[in-house]
Amino acid sequence: MSGGQTLEVIVTAAQQVTPLIRHFTLARADGAPLPAFSGGSHVIVVMRGGDRVYRNPYSLLSAPQDLGTYEIGVRRMEESRGGSHFMHDRVKVGDRLEIAHPVNLFALDKIARKHLMIAGGIGITPFMAQVEDLHGGTVPYELHYSVRSPEHAAFASRLAERAAGHVHLYYDSDRRFIDFEGLLSNQPLGTHVYVCGPTGFIGKVIDTARACGWSGSHIHWEQFSAPPAGDAFEVTLAKSQRTLMVPADRTLLEAIEAAGVEVPYLCRGGVCGFCQTRVVECDGELLHHDLYLSDADKAKGKSIMPCVSRARAKRLVLDL
Amino acid sequence: MSAAFKPDETFRGDFRYSNSPAAIRRFPLPFPEDNYMYSVNLEPHVPGPKGSVTEFAIDVDEHYVAECRERALVLAEEPLRYQALPHMMSAQWDCLELIFGSLARDYPQHFRLERQGNRWHWINRPLGLDQVFTFGDPATLPREPLDYATRQAQGDWVVMDQRDGDLWTEAGMVTTQADWSLDFDIGMTFKEWHGPVPLAHEMQVFDRALKYLLALRLDAPVRRLNWTMTVNPRLDTSPENYPKWGPDRASVTPQNAGDRVHLRVELQGLWRLPRSNAVVFGIRCYLISVRELATVPKWARRVHRVLKTLHPALVDYKGLTRYRDAVVQWLEAHDDGSPTTPGTSPE
Repeated sequence: MSGGQTLEVIVTAAQQVTPLIRHFTLARADGAPLPAFSGGSHVIVVMRGGDRVYRNPYSLLSAPQDLGTYEIGVRRMEESRGGSHFMHDRVKVGDRLEIAHPVNLFALDKIARKHLMIAGGIGITPFMAQVEDLHGGTVPYELHYSVRSPEHAAFASRLAERAAGHVHLYYDSDRRFIDFEGLLSNQPLGTHVYVCGPTGFIGKVIDTARACGWSGSHIHWEQFSAPPAGDAFEVTLAKSQRTLMVPADRTLLEAIEAAGVEVPYLCRGGVCGFCQTRVVECDGELLHHDLYLSDADKAKGKSIMPCVSRARAKRLVLDL
Repeated sequence: MSAAFKPDETFRGDFRYSNSPAAIRRFPLPFPEDNYMYSVNLEPHVPGPKGSVTEFAIDVDEHYVAECRERALVLAEEPLRYQALPHMMSAQWDCLELIFGSLARDYPQHFRLERQGNRWHWINRPLGLDQVFTFGDPATLPREPLDYATRQAQGDWVVMDQRDGDLWTEAGMVTTQADWSLDFDIGMTFKEWHGPVPLAHEMQVFDRALKYLLALRLDAPVRRLNWTMTVNPRLDTSPENYPKWGPDRASVTPQNAGDRVHLRVELQGLWRLPRSNAVVFGIRCYLISVRELATVPKWARRVHRVLKTLHPALVDYKGLTRYRDAVVQWLEAHDDGSPTTPGTSPE
């Protein structure tokens, strides 16, 4: 079980909706409906750019009831290894892409008495679909959306229409910021909090919630770590008896795949834990960038998540 | 499955039940070797060979009509064999779509599903049903969607909600079970539900299985086989009805074991459900008498050896303590000691 089957899709619309975010609409190339999904799901988009293959996760932001098309929002990352730049600069209406089936690692809790959603910037995308799932239901919810300025507030008008009365907008440009402590210290029992956005933003919400006494089971977050680029390094795959170079602008997982060795994965973002690989030998430092392994596990150095993590070592041997 | 249905079969009372020669040859034997121990034997639920029980996502065989009638009998006596907690409604619709969609696609001669937006038209010819309903609106069906759909499918169905890093048993239709109760287990986590299974916890089977299932993909259902034995071809061996079937175990002798004792194999399928992100666990029960099994010489030798060497904790857990020796004795005459070929095929 690795990438699974992919679906061929055609870009039916592409629009710059903020200075940084491009909004894509995708339909199946064969005209059939797309697979049903739940709000919070993402798809891996496979981009074939010449000699390189990019696989990036993007949250589905379209209504789960509408399976004629999927919509995603892609933020141009400053330090992109190329995936977001490819989507922004090269992908045009009519182009074909491959996507994997949706996976939900950020689902709404079905027994929550209330949903409290907190979005920072591009982190709004999974909530767009979740709001559709909650539309017309009986469980109360609030969506707090913090963004630089009105021109950066992607999808705000759609939210105003679909989730009127539930959405609270905060613009840095107005010097309005979410009062995390005020918000999290004053919620009814049974509330679940969901946060998606930049690393620091997520950390702030989690820390504040914990300090306010929230149970870990009621705190949900999603962040796809953009795999940081790093120095090139060499890796040896023990079972396949291969030694290969991981270039600076490729992930360890991409390099292993390029060598024809399969590693199971779901998110490619350091979250799901599926690509966890045993480290047989490492004479240097493992650079853990994932959000899956515990600090204790990271310190042990026996496992690595090759989708985002790297090594600074002369000799790294993996159980692959 | 081209064989005709056998609507007069019974799974209680006079036990009018048998497998046709074709049904015997497609029986899913769960023993690839001459001995047996637990493993996380999950594999992708991809189409198997033509005519096999895994040719299609959901198998419909010659016992279909009779098994649906048996389910209705159980539910008439004990309505709590079907239960669904309120937050499982979207998962109920997901299950209905999985079952009806699969049956209509794979058995067009028997079932038909027409979809126009949310207006669905379902035709079940073997059971004589014709229903127009609105997908997503429970008021347009005679029963809740999971109840309605699973009354028209063989095997038990358990739906698990995924939250807090666990799978919670929170809806199901359970009438063909090997001595466990939905009414007792509803609301449990994955490991609580499997609490009574011996040895497997120590082997971390459930840690690994849970981790695997939490990551189950929409496009990649999986399956495994499990097994036990049952005296008489009784589908409903529930704890609720233990007084009805428990005493049967004392009736087995080395003379009648071939006819009385049945190998009970569960083809367990696991699917990620799209709208609810829940996981449905289908537990399809196949029954075959030891005598029918022994018509395949390799299987007679195989089962004889598996039973003879079975770990004592498994003998107890599977409830075979009273009659295992009688079955081994009955099968002895069919085991000349010659080797068996690897795998489960009849040859």
